[in-house]
Amino acid sequence: MSDIADRVKKIVVEHLSVEEEKVTESASFIDDLGADSLDTVELVMAFEEEFGIEIPDDAAETIQTFGDAVKFISDAQ
Amino acid sequence: MFDLTGKSALITGASGGIGGAIAKALHGAGANVGLSGTRVEPLEALAAELGERAFVLPCKLDDAEAVAALPKQAAEAMGSVDILVNNAGITRDNLFMRMSDDEWQSVLDVNLTATFKLCKGVLRGMMKSRWGRIVNISSVVGATGNPGQGNYAAAKAGMVGMSKSLAYEVASRGITVNAVAPGFIETAMTDKLTDDQKSAILTQIPTGRMGTPEEIAAGVLYLASPEAAYVTGTTLHVNGGMAML
Repeated sequence: MSDIADRVKKIVVEHLSVEEEKVTESASFIDDLGADSLDTVELVMAFEEEFGIEIPDDAAETIQTFGDAVKFISDAQ
Repeated sequence: MFDLTGKSALITGASGGIGGAIAKALHGAGANVGLSGTRVEPLEALAAELGERAFVLPCKLDDAEAVAALPKQAAEAMGSVDILVNNAGITRDNLFMRMSDDEWQSVLDVNLTATFKLCKGVLRGMMKSRWGRIVNISSVVGATGNPGQGNYAAAKAGMVGMSKSLAYEVASRGITVNAVAPGFIETAMTDKLTDDQKSAILTQIPTGRMGTPEEIAAGVLYLASPEAAYVTGTTLHVNGGMAML
Protein backbone atom coordinates (compact mmCIF):
# COMPACT_ATOMS: atom_id res chain seq x y z
CA MET A 1 0.00 0.00 0.00
CA SER A 2 1.23 3.45 -0.87
CA ASP A 3 2.45 5.92 1.70
CA ILE A 4 -0.46 8.25 0.91
CA ALA A 5 -3.02 5.50 1.49
CA ASP A 6 -1.40 4.68 4.83
CA ARG A 7 -1.53 8.26 5.98
CA VAL A 8 -5.13 8.72 4.81
CA LYS A 9 -6.13 5.51 6.55
CA LYS A 10 -4.54 6.63 9.78
CA ILE A 11 -6.54 9.87 9.72
CA VAL A 12 -9.78 8.05 8.95
CA VAL A 13 -9.24 5.46 11.66
CA GLU A 14 -8.43 8.08 14.25
CA HIS A 15 -11.14 10.51 13.33
CA LEU A 16 -14.01 8.08 12.88
CA SER A 17 -12.85 5.59 15.53
CA VAL A 18 -13.26 2.64 13.18
CA GLU A 19 -11.22 -0.54 12.82
CA GLU A 20 -8.52 -0.44 10.21
CA GLU A 21 -9.89 -3.48 8.38
CA LYS A 22 -13.11 -1.65 7.62
CA VAL A 23 -11.31 1.12 5.75
CA THR A 24 -11.29 -0.54 2.34
CA GLU A 25 -10.91 1.01 -1.10
CA SER A 26 -14.66 1.27 -1.64
CA ALA A 27 -15.64 2.05 1.96
CA SER A 28 -17.96 5.04 2.02
CA PHE A 29 -17.26 7.43 4.88
CA ILE A 30 -20.95 8.01 5.51
CA ASP A 31 -22.56 4.69 4.54
CA ASP A 32 -19.91 2.27 5.77
CA LEU A 33 -17.80 4.09 8.34
CA GLY A 34 -20.49 5.93 10.29
CA ALA A 35 -19.44 9.47 9.44
CA ASP A 36 -21.94 12.30 9.45
CA SER A 37 -21.72 15.17 7.00
CA LEU A 38 -19.71 17.29 9.41
CA ASP A 39 -17.24 14.43 9.88
CA THR A 40 -16.59 14.46 6.14
CA VAL A 41 -15.84 18.19 6.31
CA GLU A 42 -13.41 17.54 9.15
CA LEU A 43 -11.76 14.68 7.29
CA VAL A 44 -11.14 16.95 4.32
CA MET A 45 -9.68 19.55 6.67
CA ALA A 46 -7.40 16.91 8.14
CA PHE A 47 -6.31 15.73 4.67
CA GLU A 48 -5.52 19.31 3.69
CA GLU A 49 -3.26 19.72 6.68
CA GLU A 50 -1.57 16.34 6.47
CA PHE A 51 -0.70 16.73 2.80
CA GLY A 52 -0.37 20.52 2.56
CA ILE A 53 -2.93 20.78 -0.21
CA GLU A 54 -6.11 22.74 -0.76
CA ILE A 55 -9.26 20.78 -1.49
CA PRO A 56 -11.92 23.11 -2.90
CA ASP A 57 -15.51 22.61 -1.77
CA ASP A 58 -16.74 21.23 -5.08
CA ALA A 59 -13.92 18.68 -5.12
CA ALA A 60 -14.51 17.80 -1.48
CA GLU A 61 -18.05 16.79 -2.34
CA THR A 62 -16.78 14.14 -4.74
CA ILE A 63 -14.67 12.47 -2.05
CA GLN A 64 -17.11 9.90 -0.75
CA THR A 65 -14.95 6.84 -0.16
CA PHE A 66 -11.51 6.02 1.16
CA GLY A 67 -10.46 5.23 -2.42
CA ASP A 68 -11.75 8.63 -3.62
CA ALA A 69 -9.65 10.37 -1.00
CA VAL A 70 -6.47 8.49 -1.83
CA LYS A 71 -6.96 9.10 -5.54
CA PHE A 72 -7.66 12.81 -5.14
CA ILE A 73 -4.67 13.36 -2.90
CA SER A 74 -2.36 11.31 -5.14
CA ASP A 75 -3.45 13.37 -8.15
CA ALA A 76 -3.05 16.62 -6.25
CA GLN A 77 0.53 15.96 -5.26
CA MET B 1 -17.31 32.49 37.20
CA PHE B 2 -16.91 33.50 33.56
CA ASP B 3 -13.16 33.06 33.37
CA LEU B 4 -11.90 33.48 29.82
CA THR B 5 -8.19 33.24 30.59
CA GLY B 6 -6.35 31.78 27.62
CA LYS B 7 -9.22 32.35 25.21
CA SER B 8 -9.01 34.75 22.30
CA ALA B 9 -11.97 36.81 21.16
CA LEU B 10 -12.50 38.69 17.90
CA ILE B 11 -14.99 41.54 18.22
CA THR B 12 -16.24 43.50 15.22
CA GLY B 13 -17.48 47.03 15.62
CA ALA B 14 -15.23 47.44 18.65
CA SER B 15 -14.93 51.17 17.96
CA GLY B 16 -18.61 51.61 18.79
CA GLY B 17 -20.34 51.88 22.14
CA ILE B 18 -21.62 48.34 22.47
CA GLY B 19 -18.58 46.75 20.80
CA GLY B 20 -16.22 48.64 23.07
CA ALA B 21 -18.13 47.54 26.15
CA ILE B 22 -18.08 43.92 24.94
CA ALA B 23 -14.33 44.10 24.38
CA LYS B 24 -13.81 45.49 27.88
CA ALA B 25 -15.99 42.80 29.46
CA LEU B 26 -14.25 39.91 27.67
CA HIS B 27 -10.84 41.41 28.33
CA GLY B 28 -11.76 41.90 31.96
CA ALA B 29 -12.57 38.20 32.17
CA GLY B 30 -9.06 37.39 31.00
CA ALA B 31 -9.49 36.96 27.24
CA ASN B 32 -7.18 38.22 24.54
CA VAL B 33 -9.23 40.59 22.43
CA GLY B 34 -8.95 41.41 18.74
CA LEU B 35 -10.55 44.80 18.20
CA SER B 36 -11.94 45.19 14.72
CA GLY B 37 -13.66 48.17 13.20
CA THR B 38 -13.36 50.72 10.44
CA ARG B 39 -12.05 53.63 12.48
CA VAL B 40 -8.49 52.99 13.60
CA GLU B 41 -8.19 55.85 16.12
CA PRO B 42 -10.86 54.72 18.59
CA LEU B 43 -9.58 51.15 18.25
CA GLU B 44 -6.05 52.28 19.13
CA ALA B 45 -7.41 54.28 22.04
CA LEU B 46 -9.35 51.29 23.35
CA ALA B 47 -6.33 49.01 22.95
CA ALA B 48 -4.20 51.51 24.86
CA GLU B 49 -6.79 51.64 27.63
CA LEU B 50 -6.95 47.85 27.88
CA GLY B 51 -3.18 47.41 27.79
CA GLU B 52 -1.89 43.88 27.34
CA ARG B 53 -3.83 41.23 25.44
CA ALA B 54 -5.49 43.74 23.11
CA PHE B 55 -4.88 43.77 19.35
CA VAL B 56 -6.09 46.28 16.79
CA LEU B 57 -7.40 44.66 13.61
CA PRO B 58 -8.94 47.30 11.33
CA CYS B 59 -11.36 45.93 8.73
CA LYS B 60 -14.00 47.39 6.45
CA LEU B 61 -16.85 44.92 6.47
CA ASP B 62 -18.17 46.08 3.11
CA ASP B 63 -14.88 44.94 1.56
CA ALA B 64 -15.24 41.23 0.79
CA GLU B 65 -11.49 40.61 0.62
CA ALA B 66 -10.86 42.36 3.91
CA VAL B 67 -13.60 40.30 5.55
CA ALA B 68 -12.13 37.07 4.21
CA ALA B 69 -8.71 38.01 5.58
CA LEU B 70 -9.84 39.09 9.05
CA PRO B 71 -10.15 35.65 10.75
CA LYS B 72 -6.62 34.75 9.63
CA GLN B 73 -5.21 38.08 10.81
CA ALA B 74 -6.93 37.61 14.15
CA ALA B 75 -5.61 34.07 14.54
CA GLU B 76 -2.09 35.24 13.67
CA ALA B 77 -2.25 38.08 16.16
CA MET B 78 -3.77 36.12 19.04
CA GLY B 79 -2.85 32.51 18.28
CA SER B 80 -6.46 31.44 17.74
CA VAL B 81 -10.02 32.72 17.62
CA ASP B 82 -12.07 30.92 20.26
CA ILE B 83 -14.79 33.54 20.57
CA LEU B 84 -16.30 35.56 17.74
CA VAL B 85 -18.63 38.46 18.45
CA ASN B 86 -20.30 39.82 15.33
CA ASN B 87 -21.29 43.18 16.66
CA ALA B 88 -20.62 45.56 13.77
CA GLY B 89 -23.68 47.01 12.17
CA ILE B 90 -24.81 49.92 10.10
CA THR B 91 -28.17 51.54 9.51
CA ARG B 92 -29.42 53.26 6.40
CA ASP B 93 -32.99 53.96 7.33
CA ASN B 94 -35.66 54.88 4.85
CA LEU B 95 -39.32 54.25 4.28
CA PHE B 96 -39.78 50.97 2.49
CA MET B 97 -41.27 52.61 -0.59
CA ARG B 98 -38.33 54.98 -0.83
CA MET B 99 -35.58 52.51 0.01
CA SER B 100 -33.00 52.21 -2.74
CA ASP B 101 -31.39 48.94 -3.76
CA ASP B 102 -28.12 50.34 -2.50
CA GLU B 103 -29.56 51.12 0.94
CA TRP B 104 -30.92 47.61 1.12
CA GLN B 105 -27.79 45.90 -0.14
CA SER B 106 -25.23 47.79 1.93
CA VAL B 107 -27.07 47.02 5.17
CA LEU B 108 -27.43 43.35 4.24
CA ASP B 109 -23.77 43.17 3.20
CA VAL B 110 -22.32 44.57 6.40
CA ASN B 111 -24.81 43.24 8.94
CA LEU B 112 -25.57 39.80 7.56
CA THR B 113 -23.16 38.71 4.81
CA ALA B 114 -20.05 39.77 6.71
CA THR B 115 -21.37 37.89 9.74
CA PHE B 116 -21.78 34.76 7.61
CA LYS B 117 -18.26 35.05 6.24
CA LEU B 118 -16.64 35.68 9.59
CA CYS B 119 -18.46 32.74 11.17
CA LYS B 120 -17.26 30.54 8.32
CA GLY B 121 -13.74 31.86 8.68
CA VAL B 122 -13.37 31.02 12.36
CA LEU B 123 -15.10 27.63 12.33
CA ARG B 124 -12.14 25.56 11.21
CA GLY B 125 -10.09 26.49 14.25
CA MET B 126 -13.04 26.03 16.59
CA MET B 127 -13.85 22.61 15.13
CA LYS B 128 -10.28 21.49 15.62
CA SER B 129 -10.11 22.66 19.20
CA ARG B 130 -13.58 21.32 19.95
CA TRP B 131 -14.48 24.60 21.63
CA GLY B 132 -15.95 27.79 20.29
CA ARG B 133 -18.35 30.57 21.05
CA ILE B 134 -20.08 32.69 18.45
CA VAL B 135 -22.28 35.54 19.61
CA ASN B 136 -24.12 37.50 16.96
CA ILE B 137 -25.50 40.86 17.96
CA SER B 138 -28.98 41.06 16.51
CA SER B 139 -31.59 43.63 17.52
CA VAL B 140 -35.06 43.82 18.98
CA VAL B 141 -36.23 45.18 15.64
CA GLY B 142 -35.25 41.88 14.02
CA ALA B 143 -38.06 40.34 16.06
CA THR B 144 -40.56 43.19 16.11
CA GLY B 145 -39.88 45.11 12.91
CA ASN B 146 -39.54 48.88 12.87
CA PRO B 147 -40.86 51.46 10.43
CA GLY B 148 -38.04 52.83 8.31
CA GLN B 149 -35.79 49.87 9.02
CA GLY B 150 -36.91 47.21 6.57
CA ASN B 151 -33.31 46.55 5.59
CA TYR B 152 -31.88 46.58 9.13
CA ALA B 153 -34.70 44.45 10.56
CA ALA B 154 -34.28 41.93 7.73
CA ALA B 155 -30.56 41.65 8.36
CA LYS B 156 -30.99 41.34 12.13
CA ALA B 157 -33.72 38.71 11.80
CA GLY B 158 -31.49 36.95 9.28
CA MET B 159 -28.71 36.75 11.84
CA VAL B 160 -31.03 34.89 14.21
CA GLY B 161 -32.05 32.29 11.62
CA MET B 162 -28.46 31.89 10.53
CA SER B 163 -27.26 31.49 14.12
CA LYS B 164 -29.81 28.76 14.82
CA SER B 165 -28.90 26.83 11.69
CA LEU B 166 -25.22 26.99 12.44
CA ALA B 167 -25.88 26.10 16.08
CA TYR B 168 -27.44 22.81 14.93
CA GLU B 169 -24.50 21.96 12.72
CA VAL B 170 -21.65 22.53 15.15
CA ALA B 171 -23.20 21.74 18.54
CA SER B 172 -21.57 18.30 18.62
CA ARG B 173 -18.15 19.95 18.33
CA GLY B 174 -18.41 22.03 21.47
CA ILE B 175 -19.24 25.19 19.59
CA THR B 176 -22.22 27.29 20.60
CA VAL B 177 -23.86 29.95 18.44
CA ASN B 178 -26.21 32.43 20.02
CA ALA B 179 -27.61 35.87 19.42
CA VAL B 180 -28.05 38.84 21.71
CA ALA B 181 -30.83 41.22 20.71
CA PRO B 182 -30.41 44.65 22.28
CA GLY B 183 -33.32 47.02 22.59
CA PHE B 184 -32.64 50.74 22.66
CA ILE B 185 -29.16 51.30 24.08
CA GLU B 186 -27.38 54.59 24.76
CA THR B 187 -24.91 54.73 21.87
CA ALA B 188 -23.97 56.97 18.97
CA MET B 189 -26.58 55.09 16.93
CA THR B 190 -29.43 56.12 19.24
CA ASP B 191 -27.95 59.62 19.87
CA LYS B 192 -29.12 60.43 16.36
CA LEU B 193 -32.74 60.14 17.48
CA THR B 194 -34.58 63.38 18.24
CA ASP B 195 -35.84 64.09 21.77
CA ASP B 196 -39.39 63.50 20.58
CA GLN B 197 -38.41 60.12 19.17
CA LYS B 198 -36.61 59.25 22.38
CA SER B 199 -39.51 60.11 24.64
CA ALA B 200 -41.87 58.17 22.37
CA ILE B 201 -39.58 55.17 22.62
CA LEU B 202 -39.31 55.42 26.40
CA THR B 203 -43.08 55.08 26.75
CA GLN B 204 -42.68 51.63 25.18
CA ILE B 205 -40.00 50.47 27.61
CA PRO B 206 -41.29 49.14 30.95
CA THR B 207 -38.02 49.92 32.71
CA GLY B 208 -38.44 53.55 31.61
CA ARG B 209 -34.93 54.05 30.36
CA MET B 210 -32.57 53.08 27.62
CA GLY B 211 -30.08 50.31 28.28
CA THR B 212 -26.33 50.73 28.65
CA PRO B 213 -23.67 49.09 26.50
CA GLU B 214 -22.41 47.32 29.63
CA GLU B 215 -25.78 45.60 30.01
CA ILE B 216 -25.36 44.11 26.53
CA ALA B 217 -21.75 43.20 27.23
CA ALA B 218 -22.77 41.26 30.34
CA GLY B 219 -25.03 39.04 28.22
CA VAL B 220 -22.28 38.48 25.68
CA LEU B 221 -19.81 37.62 28.43
CA TYR B 222 -22.17 34.97 29.74
CA LEU B 223 -22.76 33.40 26.32
CA ALA B 224 -19.00 33.41 25.64
CA SER B 225 -18.19 31.72 28.92
CA PRO B 226 -17.55 28.02 29.63
CA GLU B 227 -20.62 28.15 31.91
CA ALA B 228 -22.89 28.70 28.88
CA ALA B 229 -21.83 25.47 27.16
CA TYR B 230 -25.40 24.13 27.24
CA VAL B 231 -26.93 27.28 25.75
CA THR B 232 -26.99 27.30 21.96
CA GLY B 233 -29.27 28.58 19.22
CA THR B 234 -30.94 30.99 21.56
CA THR B 235 -31.52 34.72 21.40
CA LEU B 236 -31.00 36.67 24.58
CA HIS B 237 -33.23 39.72 24.53
CA VAL B 238 -31.83 42.64 26.51
CA ASN B 239 -34.41 45.34 26.03
CA GLY B 240 -35.81 46.53 29.34
CA GLY B 241 -39.01 44.60 28.75
CA MET B 242 -39.79 46.46 25.55
CA ALA B 243 -40.55 43.19 23.79
CA MET B 244 -41.04 40.13 25.98
CA LEU B 245 -40.06 37.34 23.61
